[in-house]
Amino acid sequence: MIGEDPLMIIKVEKLTKKYKDLTAVDHVDLTIEEGEIFGLLGPNGAGKTTLLNMLATLIPPTEGVAYVNGYDTIKDPANVRKSIGMVFQAPSSDDILTGYENLYLHSLMFGVPKEQRKKRIAEVLKLVELEDRANQRVKTYSGGMRRRLELARGLLHKPKILLLDEPTLGLDPQTRGHIWEYIEKLAREERVTVIITTHYMEEAETLCDRVAIIDHGRIIALDSPENLKMKLGKSMIRAKIKDPKLDLIKGLNYVTKVEEKDGEVMIMLNDGGSHIQEILCNLGEASFVELREPTLNDVFLQLTGKEIREESAEGEIERYARANGR
Amino acid sequence: MSELVGLYALWYREFKVFLREKSRILASIVNPLIWLVAYGGGLGAAISFGEVGYQAFIFPGVIMLTTLFTSIFFGLYIVLDKRLDFFKEVLIAPLSRMTIFVGKMLGGCTDAMLQALILICLGPFFGITYTPYSLGVLVIFILFIAAGTTSLGLTIGSQLNSFEGFGLIQSFVILPLFFLSGALYPLNNLPDWLFIITRINPLTYIVDGMRGALLGNPTFPLYVDLGVAVVFVLVLIAAGSIAFKKMKS
Ligand SMILES: Nc1ncnc2c1ncn2[C@@H]1O[C@H](COP(=O)(O)OP(=O)(O)OP(=O)(O)O)[C@@H](O)[C@H]1O
Ligand SMILES: [Mg+2]
Repeated sequence: MIGEDPLMIIKVEKLTKKYKDLTAVDHVDLTIEEGEIFGLLGPNGAGKTTLLNMLATLIPPTEGVAYVNGYDTIKDPANVRKSIGMVFQAPSSDDILTGYENLYLHSLMFGVPKEQRKKRIAEVLKLVELEDRANQRVKTYSGGMRRRLELARGLLHKPKILLLDEPTLGLDPQTRGHIWEYIEKLAREERVTVIITTHYMEEAETLCDRVAIIDHGRIIALDSPENLKMKLGKSMIRAKIKDPKLDLIKGLNYVTKVEEKDGEVMIMLNDGGSHIQEILCNLGEASFVELREPTLNDVFLQLTGKEIREESAEGEIERYARANGR
Repeated sequence: MSELVGLYALWYREFKVFLREKSRILASIVNPLIWLVAYGGGLGAAISFGEVGYQAFIFPGVIMLTTLFTSIFFGLYIVLDKRLDFFKEVLIAPLSRMTIFVGKMLGGCTDAMLQALILICLGPFFGITYTPYSLGVLVIFILFIAAGTTSLGLTIGSQLNSFEGFGLIQSFVILPLFFLSGALYPLNNLPDWLFIITRINPLTYIVDGMRGALLGNPTFPLYVDLGVAVVFVLVLIAAGSIAFKKMKS
C-alpha cells in the first residue's frame, strides 16, 4: 500500500508512454479519491485510452509509476487486475456466443461467487435492457446493444475501480441517461471509483466530480466541471460585429476576458449577464448575439485553441461496426 | 480454485465456439477423406504391405495430419483474438498467464480430439479394426499431437501481430514434419538422408506408435514412441507458457 494517504485509490506519478517519436502520454501526475467519478476529456489521439491501458496493466509505461488500489501496476499486476473492471473502447465481446454466455464466462473468469452469478447477470442485463436478447448471439446485436452488453460485463463483478473507455459511445440519449444514473449510484452507494474517458461534453459535465482535460498526452487543466467553467467567467457573450470597439469593453470591471477571432467576439463576464445592455451599446452594431454559460468545450477552446470534436452518434456506430467486421 | 474456474471458462468458450462453427468441422473432415479415398485408394491399387492395405497403412498418418492442421491453426488464431480485443478482456482477468495458456491449449485439444473421433469412426471403411487396447493407444497419441501442436501454434501466434507468416508456417513447419515422418511410407529401406531426418522428427515416433497399435509391426518399441511423444509435448507446453508470460497485449 502507499500508506500516506489511504483515500487515494489511484495515484499516478510522471506516467509516460512513448511510441517511437510519439509521446502518447506525457508525464501525467494524478491522484483520484475513492468513490470519485473522474473524467478524462480530450480529442481523438489525446492519449486517454493509452492512460487507461497502463492503469489496467495492459501496456507497460515507458516511464513513471501508477498505483491502483494501492498496488503497483508493474510490480503487482495480479492485484491490480483483481481491483478493476474495464469497458474497452473497441468491441471486445465474443460475437459467436450469446449475450448471456459472454456474461457467464466473465463471471467465471472474474471470480464472481457461484451463488451470485445468476443474480448478478440478471441484474446487469436488466440495467442495460438486454433481457429479451440475452439468449441470442452477439453477432445479431446492433452496435449500441453490443456496447450495452460490454458495459454490463464491466459492472458484473462489482470491481472497486471501474475504467470506462467511452462507455456510452454510440448509445441513444435515453440509454446513455440510464447508464449515467447507474454509474452515479455505484459511486455514491457502493463507493466504486470510476474513471471515464469521453469526448461528450455533457457526459463530463453532468457525471464527473472532477475532469482532467487532456491534450497531446498532457493534462492541461484539472478541476470540477463547475470550477473549470468558472475560470472563464460566469457567463459569456458571443457576438458577430463589423467593427468592434473592444478597448472600451476591456476596461469594464465585470469583464474578465475579451477575444476576437474570425469576425467573432467572445466576452467573458464574472456575473450572470445583467450588464449585457451596456456591453452591446458599447460594442457597436451586431448581426448576431448569444449570451450563455461557458461549457467545457469553451474551456477546452481557451486552453488549446481548438474544439473537442463531438462525433455524431451515428458516425460512432459506423466506426464501431467496421471495427467489428471479421 | 478461482484459477480452476477461470480455466474452465476459457475451455468452455473454445468448446462453444467449436460447436457453432460447423463449416469448420465439415471442412476438417473432408480433407482427410480426400487423402484416404483419392490418394490412398489410388496408390493402394498398386501397393500394399503384406496383409495391410495402403489405405489402412496411411490411416494413422492422415489422422495425425488433420490433428496437426486443426491444432496449429487453433493456436495461431490467437493473433485474431488479440486484434479483435476479445483477448484484452481475458488478459485483464485476475488469472495467471499460465492458466490462460492451459485453458486455450485444452480448448484446442478438445477441438482436435472431437475431429479425430469422427475419423476414428470411419476407420473400418479403410480396413482398420480396433481393440480396446489399440483404440486407447491411438487416442493417447492423438492427444499428445494435439497438445504439442496447439502449444506450438500458441507459442508462435502469441508473438505475431498479423497473419502474414501463416503460409510460411504451413510450408516450413507442418508439411515437412508430416512428409518426413513416415506417415506415408515405411521407415525401413530409406535413403541415408531421409533415414536420419525421420529419426530426428518426433512425429515419426508418434505415427509409429499409432500404427504399431493398430496394425502391428512397429519400428520402435512402444516405450520409445511414448517417451518421445511425452518429451515433445512437455517441451512445447513449456515454450508456450513462457511465450504467454512474455506476450504483449
Ligand atoms: N500501439 C501503438 N503504436 C503507436 N502509436 C500508438 C499506439 N497506440 C496509440 N498510439 C498513438 O498514441 C496516441 C494516443 O492514442 P490514444 O488511443 O490513447 O488516444 P485517445 O485519447 O484514446 O483517442 P480517441 O478519442 O480517438 O480514442 C495517438 O496518437 C495514437 O496514434
Ligand atoms: Mg481512446
